[in-house]
Amino acid sequence: MSYPSIQEIGDEIVEEFSWFSSWEEKYEHLIEMGRQLPIIDEAYKTDDRLVRGCQSRVWLHAESEDQRVVFRADSDAIITKGIVALLVRALSHQPAEDIVRSDLSFIDTIGLKAHLSPTRSNGLVSMIQQMKQYAGSQLNH
Amino acid sequence: MTAQLPDNQSWRKGSIAETVDWEKLRNDFPILQRQVNGHPLAYLDNAASAQKPWQVKEAEQALYDHYYANVHRGVHTLSQEGTDAFEEARAWVASFINAPEKEEVIFTKGTTDGINLLAYTFGLDYLKPGDEILLTGMEHHANIVPWQLVARRTGAVIKVVPVLENGTLDLESFDKLLSEKTKLLSMVWVSNSLGTINPVDYMVQKAKSLGVPVLLDAAQAAPHLAVDVQALDVDFLVFSAHKVIGPTGFGVLYGKRKWLEKLPPFMGGGDMIDQVRFEETTFNALPHKFEAGTPHISGAIGFCAALKFLAQIGMDRVAAREQALGELCRTKLREAFPELRFIGEAPERVAVVSFLLGEAHPYDVGFILDKEGVAVRTGHHCCQPLMDRFKIPGTVRASFAFYNKESEIDQLIAALAKAQKMLLP
Repeated sequence: MSYPSIQEIGDEIVEEFSWFSSWEEKYEHLIEMGRQLPIIDEAYKTDDRLVRGCQSRVWLHAESEDQRVVFRADSDAIITKGIVALLVRALSHQPAEDIVRSDLSFIDTIGLKAHLSPTRSNGLVSMIQQMKQYAGSQLNH
Repeated sequence: MTAQLPDNQSWRKGSIAETVDWEKLRNDFPILQRQVNGHPLAYLDNAASAQKPWQVKEAEQALYDHYYANVHRGVHTLSQEGTDAFEEARAWVASFINAPEKEEVIFTKGTTDGINLLAYTFGLDYLKPGDEILLTGMEHHANIVPWQLVARRTGAVIKVVPVLENGTLDLESFDKLLSEKTKLLSMVWVSNSLGTINPVDYMVQKAKSLGVPVLLDAAQAAPHLAVDVQALDVDFLVFSAHKVIGPTGFGVLYGKRKWLEKLPPFMGGGDMIDQVRFEETTFNALPHKFEAGTPHISGAIGFCAALKFLAQIGMDRVAAREQALGELCRTKLREAFPELRFIGEAPERVAVVSFLLGEAHPYDVGFILDKEGVAVRTGHHCCQPLMDRFKIPGTVRASFAFYNKESEIDQLIAALAKAQKMLLP
């Protein structure tokens, strides 16, 4: 099976979001994506997979499959979950090297960068760090 | 600037005779005029920090423009004037809380600083293994963690008065938990996340009857209620200026003289000493013994201006105004959103309205409210044990000050309706 690159997925997401003119439409779409994110198996929602944030919590599970990294993730807040869905869509099933190098600028382009600010304390910044760390650890094997 | 020091009754009634024009009073708070995300700002996060009237800024500016110098040191004119203003602030704070002597008013960085000061002086000197520190289940982390750190060092044990479903304290348990082993009752007067006004008269008297000293965390009480440390008969009381329309980084620790004389200094440095010899150092008199280093001079000056502002209105009018806003908010929320769950419905409460909107996560709700210009706090409000008790991740909290207005409640309701539509299918 072939996968589009992170860049291609990012472009696709930017294209999708360009349809919306108001913040309400944009966030309704984001929330919808959060709802469609395959719900992580409860067995994976353990404390060691929990990315702590003061405001909302994120669970992240990573594993390697056929030379690619697969992420499963979830959040207890739906807007956070929407962004989690975007990140999983872009980074899951990608080669570890591409994940480490990715700049995720599409998040900025679609105007959601504020959610990745450390002051939001919603767990997303740490989640991205952990995604890249996991990918990095696969490279060293 | 040389307003007369009000007595305790005047603090309640205020110095202006006519009815307060609340709408006009808002003009003294320039920030309330701003727009956020294309909407008028509805600032409903007053329990986190209050906004400041221009008089506070003007007083600080006058300090820097006319008489700024270090205090308690120089013989020169500026230092004298600065010291006079700094000590005038202490007199105003003493009057605000009805302290018998202004030397019993210690200036701190804030509530957290005041509690830590006591934890590391009273706690380390007076607690032995097996001694008990009694807290309540609705404490802010600032009144939990310092005592845990001290308990770890001294072998003292922390006991907790449970919180009932309606957000009040379980007084039956309190009566049982209070014993001859209790060496300190450290408790919050008004809960920051529930709005509950605890029955401090009863609880303090009960503690005193067993000879247990009491520390009252008045961070959420001082902005809304008249404070009288003599009537309360507490040993210690702490609060922060920034929640009482004053500057940040400044706060107050009141302590009874008998305690402050006995306790060792917290931090060493300049200003707090009498004689320094390498063999032995003796300490300065109260309040300076607990104020090492150059203090937050502009903080004191700004807070003095804030208190003068409040003295005009009077704390009874502040309380009544806020009470009306808080109750109106609860009524309107109840009407508009039957599925809304209030967290904290104590009969005695301030204008703090904590709630959950159906299954919606507080973070999501807060985010959408912000888009509509409404500033609320979401999360656990630094009270994780309390959130655990209610088995919730946090709440959405709207908290009012006297300068809020009724139309801001309508703005909150409209924004919540939008959040409901977007978040709850």
